[in-house]
Amino acid sequence: MTGWFLAAATLLLLTLAGALWRVWTGPGRADRMMAAQLVGTGGVAVVLLLAAATDWAMIDVALVLALLAAFAAVAFVKAETPEGRGDPEDDDA
Amino acid sequence: MSGTVFDIVLCALILGAALAAVSGRDPFAAVVFFVVYGVFIATAWLRLDAVNVALAEAAIGAGLTGVLLLGAVGRLARLRETAPPARAAGPRLLAALAAGGTTLLLGWVFLTLPEPAGLHAEVGANLAAAGSENAVTAVLLNFRAWDTLLESIVLLAALIGIWALSPDAAWGGRPGMTQRTRAGGVLAQFGRVLPPIGLMVGVYLVWAGTKQPGGAFQGGTVLAAVALLAMMAGRIAPPRVSAPGLRLALILGPAVFLAVGLAALAAGRFLWLPPEHAYALILGIEAALTVSIAATLALMVIGPPQEAP
Amino acid sequence: MLELATDALTVALTAAGLVFFLAGTVGLIRFPDTFSRLHALTKADNLGLGFIVLGLALQAESWHAVFKLGLIWALALVAAGTAAQLVARTALRADEGGRPTRQAEGRE
Repeated sequence: MTGWFLAAATLLLLTLAGALWRVWTGPGRADRMMAAQLVGTGGVAVVLLLAAATDWAMIDVALVLALLAAFAAVAFVKAETPEGRGDPEDDDA
Repeated sequence: MSGTVFDIVLCALILGAALAAVSGRDPFAAVVFFVVYGVFIATAWLRLDAVNVALAEAAIGAGLTGVLLLGAVGRLARLRETAPPARAAGPRLLAALAAGGTTLLLGWVFLTLPEPAGLHAEVGANLAAAGSENAVTAVLLNFRAWDTLLESIVLLAALIGIWALSPDAAWGGRPGMTQRTRAGGVLAQFGRVLPPIGLMVGVYLVWAGTKQPGGAFQGGTVLAAVALLAMMAGRIAPPRVSAPGLRLALILGPAVFLAVGLAALAAGRFLWLPPEHAYALILGIEAALTVSIAATLALMVIGPPQEAP
Repeated sequence: MLELATDALTVALTAAGLVFFLAGTVGLIRFPDTFSRLHALTKADNLGLGFIVLGLALQAESWHAVFKLGLIWALALVAAGTAAQLVARTALRADEGGRPTRQAEGRE
């Protein structure tokens, strides 16, 4: 099973390379941000596969990554509002 | 075999993300590449069997530096509307030379140093008396407690340095900006759902740190990130920098650590932990350090007070 | 025998997960505009992660690990949903140079 888990993790890493291409080309900031979100979710899956392949204690790293997965996106939408402290849902009100 | 292929692909992604982060012209894209780079680096630490470091990298990279740098990019864009940036080649060249020189130096050191024997054997032999089954926690809080004590004080000094940047009129007020969110909106809901789970995960990491990967720094970083989220979602306001409770939280960790060290001095040697009480002492120091690390890191990301109290 | 069946199921589930991750990346690269890309990615990936979590849960060494796997998937779902919603609104505002219309905003 270890061989399969590592092979699957490698394939996943290769799909994440596609996300890197999107971060590079953009064109919008939202495109880059969402590609980073994909790498976050993919990274959780890669860590889980590594944990299954080698040591289950690594699962805590996936837990932390999943818990904080949306933080960059939240900081991004905050920074994009006019004064840097608003809410994209509310600034038109 | 398949492990080697994985490592090669991972290294290629790390190098690609790093090169894109330093070579792109758009600061925003550079920051996004840096966030992505953090995920790959955490994975690389796992491949090196350094789960403790991977946990710290995941929490710092995904939770704190992303928030800090994205906020900085937004702020930079607002500043540039009033004052266009000066484009001086000198400092950039100097920075490139310094970075390149450091890289070459590190490469040279890596290639010339003899293969180290490592301290696994010594740590393993003394682990029974250390009060922690996690070798990294044993090293950090017992064998090399000096380092950890000084690091916790350095962190505090860094925060004082940041606070020194606040304008006189704002001193004593709340750090950072007042955040707004739409009541009942997605962001406000997220800020309501996540913090309890984050609190649980942070405390779990500290608690688990005496037996398996985890510890005060990893748990404290997660708690700091969760507190930042609650603030960005408008759920809580950061405390005034003059609040006594906040000051207490900031010095609690170093103070407890020092007190334990001094008590040990009375019994013979500074920072020596008697094996029969080592577990309880480590847990106590870790708990106090977690509070201080969480408060310090969160306040460092928020920045100095900017509005008059 | 039972172990062989569990292993086969794990391989099948994780492979299905990989297919969804691949689909998400293809969508991210091929789809024409920001909003369709958002759509591709947040759905496909979370399904992919779900399949991988299911596959690994069959191999988990303890119930404790199974619980953590479930929590990880739930957290990833909440994170992706929130991020997609917030980033999409920000992109919408950037697209229209300011406030979105009531209709485009789609308030309940």
